[in-house]
Amino acid sequence: MIPIDIIQKTAETLMDKAAIEIPQDYLDGLQAAADVEDGDLSSFVLQAMLENYEAAKEDRRAMCGDTGTPRWYVKMGNETQIEGGPIALEAALRRATANATNGVPLRPNRVHPLWRTDHNNNVGIGAPEIEYGYEPGGEWIDLITVHKGGLFGTDYRMLFPSDGIEGIKRFYLDSLVAFGKRGLACQPAIIGIGLGGCKDTCMVLGKRAACLRTVGSENSDPKIAALEREFKEIGNSIGMGAMGFVGKSMVVDCNIEVGYCHTGGMQMSVHAFCLSSRRAVARVFADGRVEYRTDPDWFTDYQRRETVEWDAPAMEAAE
Amino acid sequence: MSPRKIRLSTTPTQEALDDLQLGDIVYLDGLMYTGREGVYKRGLEEKANIPMELPRDSAANFHCSPAARINPDGSFEMGAVTATASFRFAKWLPEWMEKTGAKLIIGKGGMTSKDYKSYFVPNGAIYLSTVGYGTGALLGRGVEKVEAVHWNEELGLAQAMWVIRCNNMGPFIVASDKHGDCLFERENAKIAENLHRVYEGTRPATLKRYGETDDRSDEVI
Repeated sequence: MIPIDIIQKTAETLMDKAAIEIPQDYLDGLQAAADVEDGDLSSFVLQAMLENYEAAKEDRRAMCGDTGTPRWYVKMGNETQIEGGPIALEAALRRATANATNGVPLRPNRVHPLWRTDHNNNVGIGAPEIEYGYEPGGEWIDLITVHKGGLFGTDYRMLFPSDGIEGIKRFYLDSLVAFGKRGLACQPAIIGIGLGGCKDTCMVLGKRAACLRTVGSENSDPKIAALEREFKEIGNSIGMGAMGFVGKSMVVDCNIEVGYCHTGGMQMSVHAFCLSSRRAVARVFADGRVEYRTDPDWFTDYQRRETVEWDAPAMEAAE
Repeated sequence: MSPRKIRLSTTPTQEALDDLQLGDIVYLDGLMYTGREGVYKRGLEEKANIPMELPRDSAANFHCSPAARINPDGSFEMGAVTATASFRFAKWLPEWMEKTGAKLIIGKGGMTSKDYKSYFVPNGAIYLSTVGYGTGALLGRGVEKVEAVHWNEELGLAQAMWVIRCNNMGPFIVASDKHGDCLFERENAKIAENLHRVYEGTRPATLKRYGETDDRSDEVI
């Protein structure tokens, strides 16, 4: 049984870490982009961002004033039980979100869509989102918080099998150029692409590809991994860099996730996880142990399974 | 070539403003106030009394809401400060400038050269863009003091009018000049020249979107 007070305390720490500490994989990716960037203005911007991450950590202040729309991804081993059950878990995550909004502080971004009511704590109807995943075996819970910016850089389109890879490339470029101009997407970004599923799951896949995979990770399908590398290269040859200035750094990494879709369609979504790619992860065990990390490790073989039954490799995936 | 760096007052002289060139890096000193949807609506549409003496106290309007809180004792804690995209406020800005004498509009992404030429230039105003985006922690360091927060009750923390004392606050980039030229449009034009190469071999979508255009010099704002 996982103690609920440890879940809430850990969640509060994660909110703080996500807002303040840029994950090392993103930092390494951005440093690599800065090393090859030769546009005057783009280079200046990337250097300023690198200084900004240092300032955030030194001062323990949020790296960006727009602290995004905090949300939670929760994953559990199959044997996991939580003190108080799922209702207590959701209450703990909502409390942690509200407490950290005041504590760090974060910007209270969440308002009612029509009445613009602001509870000043990032909690409201459907906020924060809490999404779940499960793994075979184990008694542990992974708490993952993502603070993604919310206004620009994301798009969806219904493509068809006849559009092919050429059509996928077109929509990818359209999305990067449209939101790259003036730097609306706050690039260089981790670009997540969702392919297939239904419209809603296509969006979910693409968002998770951007937010729940690290820079340098690859899809387990070698042909998709090759596409990821090609798309990163294409994105960086547009001639556009940070803030939409002339440059060559648009894409820190490109992650693609797929889901089975309607036989007639090829749904596609594109998401940009920005210069403040904020995510933090902790695994809490039944004995109260907490292990912090920045890799959500969401897309296991189990999450990408394509068969009816799931057997042997499952036990390894859970370790 | 690294960009030119300049320190500027938030109540700048016209001479100092006229001297700014596209791509200059600016650091600000003095009072600035935040303003976005809520402030414009309240100040212009609802005609509430603006709780500052403008432009005497400040001619710098920042499209921003900070990551900040009001402590129980009434003091303020301000962490990071980042701009929000300015193009959404174009409908209110001409009237706002006229009413407040704002000379520096600070935000994200700039406005169009049409905006600059039609009401920035006649008012002698300049647009400064934040850098990144998201040098929130660096800008936060430039906040010497939060002087006040107005309309918090009515608008909430994120939309309230925050009055900030800046000390060498930056970096910002000069994104419009005295002629009304636009830094982002200049960069867009350079990039557009090569776009056809990267699009080579791609295919327009089978299912069109109503009103869709393939004009790559187009913008979404």
